[in-house]
Amino acid sequence: MDKRKRSKNILTVIVLLLACILLYLAQNYLNAFYIRVLNLAAIFAILGLSMNLVLGFTGMFSLGHSGFMCIGAYTAAILTMSPASKELIYYMEPIVPVLAKVEWPLFPAIIAAGVVAALFGILVGIPALRLRDDYLAIATLGFAEIIRIVVTNIVSITNGSLGLKNIPSVNSIWVYWGCAIITLLILKRVISSSWGYAFRAIRDNEIAAEAMGISIFKHKLISFTIGAFFAGIAGALMGFLITSVDPTMFKFLFTFQILLVVVLGGMGSLTGSVISALVITIMMEVLRVVEQPIDLFGLTIPGLSGMRMVIFSILLLLVILFYRQGLMGTKEFNWDWILDKLKFFKSRKRGEAA
Amino acid sequence: MSAQTLRTDHITMEFGGLRAVSELSLEVPAGSIVGLIGPNGAGKTTVFNMITGVYKPTSGSILFQGQDITGMKSDKITVQGIARTFQNIRLFQSMTVLENVMISKHVRMQANLFEAVFGLPRYTRASNQNYEACMELLKKVELDDVCNEAATSLPYGKQRRLEIVRALATEPSLLLLDEPAAGMNPAESLDLMDFVARVRDEFKLTVLMIEHHMEVVMGICDKIYVLDYGVTLAQGNPEEIQNDPKVIEAYLGAVDIDAKN
Repeated sequence: MDKRKRSKNILTVIVLLLACILLYLAQNYLNAFYIRVLNLAAIFAILGLSMNLVLGFTGMFSLGHSGFMCIGAYTAAILTMSPASKELIYYMEPIVPVLAKVEWPLFPAIIAAGVVAALFGILVGIPALRLRDDYLAIATLGFAEIIRIVVTNIVSITNGSLGLKNIPSVNSIWVYWGCAIITLLILKRVISSSWGYAFRAIRDNEIAAEAMGISIFKHKLISFTIGAFFAGIAGALMGFLITSVDPTMFKFLFTFQILLVVVLGGMGSLTGSVISALVITIMMEVLRVVEQPIDLFGLTIPGLSGMRMVIFSILLLLVILFYRQGLMGTKEFNWDWILDKLKFFKSRKRGEAA
Repeated sequence: MSAQTLRTDHITMEFGGLRAVSELSLEVPAGSIVGLIGPNGAGKTTVFNMITGVYKPTSGSILFQGQDITGMKSDKITVQGIARTFQNIRLFQSMTVLENVMISKHVRMQANLFEAVFGLPRYTRASNQNYEACMELLKKVELDDVCNEAATSLPYGKQRRLEIVRALATEPSLLLLDEPAAGMNPAESLDLMDFVARVRDEFKLTVLMIEHHMEVVMGICDKIYVLDYGVTLAQGNPEEIQNDPKVIEAYLGAVDIDAKN
C-alpha cells in the first residue's frame, strides 16, 4: 500500500514535469492563435471542473455559473486596469473614487475575483439551496440573470452595457494552464477528502446522509461556494484573454456550454472534464468550417452562423440518449486505475506463459 | 443521567386530517431492546421519523437522555447519539463498503476543509484514525473481507448488516432499527437476532426496533409496544403481548370472524 502510494506520487510529479515541458513547447513553438485556443480550453477546463463539483459530485443542478463568472471577470478587470484607461472608458459616469486609483498585479486580482464570486455564491446559495433538482436550476438561472442585469445597471462601477475595454492582456499559456492545473489538484484533494465523500453521500441519498449526521445545507453551501470561487477565477481569466468584458458575454447560454463540457466529460469525473474541455474548445474552432458557405456537388449552402452550436446540441442529445455516462463516466484517469490495468496485463501474460 | 434513554411524551403526528400517530408515550430504558410492532400502516416508521427529526411532532415532546430533542434537525440528532437504519435499504450506491462506513465518521472529524485540501498533519492523522476505526468495526462484524467492494453488490443480508454498521460508526447510544429482518428467511432472521443482541452488548447500546417477524421480536425484546392505526394498543413484555386479546385481534382478526371460517 505504501509502496503504491510512493509510486503514485512519483508518477504525479513526472506527469506534472511532462505537462510543464509540453506547456513550454506550446508557448515557444505554437503560433498565437493556437495558444489562444489552448488558453480558452484551460478556462473551460476550470469552469467544467468547478461545475462538476457542484453538479457531478454534490448532485446540485445549478445553472448559475455564468453569473459567478461575470462577477469574477468584472472584479479582476476593475482591479487590474490602469487608472488612465479607467478615466478614458468611464465617460458615461465616472467610476466610484475608491476604485479609480487601484491597479493590482495579476495574481492577487485573480484570487480576489474568486473570493468575490465565492461571497456572492454564499449570498445566492443561502436562499437557493433550500430548493433541489429542477427548482434549484430555475432559481440559480434566475440569480445569474439578476447578477447580469445588476451589473448592466450599476454604471459607476461596471460602466454598464458599454463594458470594460483595455484590460491588461495576458497571453502566457502558463497563467491559464497553471490555474487549470491548480484547480484540478485542489478539487482532487477536496473530493478525495472526508468532505468529498460527504458531498457524494448527499448526491447518492440525502436522507441517509442526514441520518449519518451530515448537515445537508452546510455541505451543499460549501460545495456551491467552492464552485462559485473557481467560476470567478475562470471569469477573471476570460477577461485577461479577450481584454474586454461586457454583460452580454455572460448570458445563460454560456452556462449551457459549460454544462456540455461536464456532461460530455462525465458527471463525477474531474479528468473527464479537463479532457472534454480540450476536445470541445478545439472542435469549436475546427467546426468554424461549417459556418462558411459550402459547395456541395454544385449546391451552395449559405454560411449560417450558429451552425456549430447545432452540431454541439446534436452531440449532447446523442450523448444523453445513448452514452449517458459521458466520456469518463464517474471514473477518473488516475494512477490506481492505470496500475491496476498494468498489473492485470502482467498477470495475464504470466498466465499465458505458464 | 436518567435511566430512560429515550422517552416520548404523548407525541402526535398529523398529516392534514390524518392522524398517523396519536398520543404515543414510549419509554426505552438504557441498555434494553424495545420492540415496536403493529400491522402495516400503523405509524411505526412515522414514530422513527419523529424521533430522528425527519418530522416534527404536531404535539408532545421527545426526551433523549434527559434532553429535549423535539423538532431538532436530523443531523443534529445523529450527533447527539441516535443512529438509525432504514426500512428500504439506503446505502450510498456509488461507494464501497468501507467508504459507506467512513462517511459516518465525517461529523466527528476534528480537522477543517482547508487542512484537508493541503494535506496538513491534523487532517492526515484524523483520517488515518477514522480509517482504522472503521476497519476495526468492519472486522467485528465480518465485513472486512469485502471492504473494497461496491456496497450495492453485496448480498441482501450483508447490505442490511452494513447499514447497521454504518449507523454504529456514528457512535450512537441509541440505535433505531427499522425492520432489520425484512425479506429474510427464518434462519437469517435468527442470525440477525443474535447479531443485534451482540451489538447491543458490545457497544453498550440501547435498541429500539420495528419488526414484523414475531420470532425475532419475541426472542430478543425486553419490552414491546403495539401500535394500530397510530394508537397504542398494548405494551408490556413479550408474554403479556402474546396473550393480549386486543393484539391478537389486531393481527389475526376478531374472534367471531375466525369462528366463521
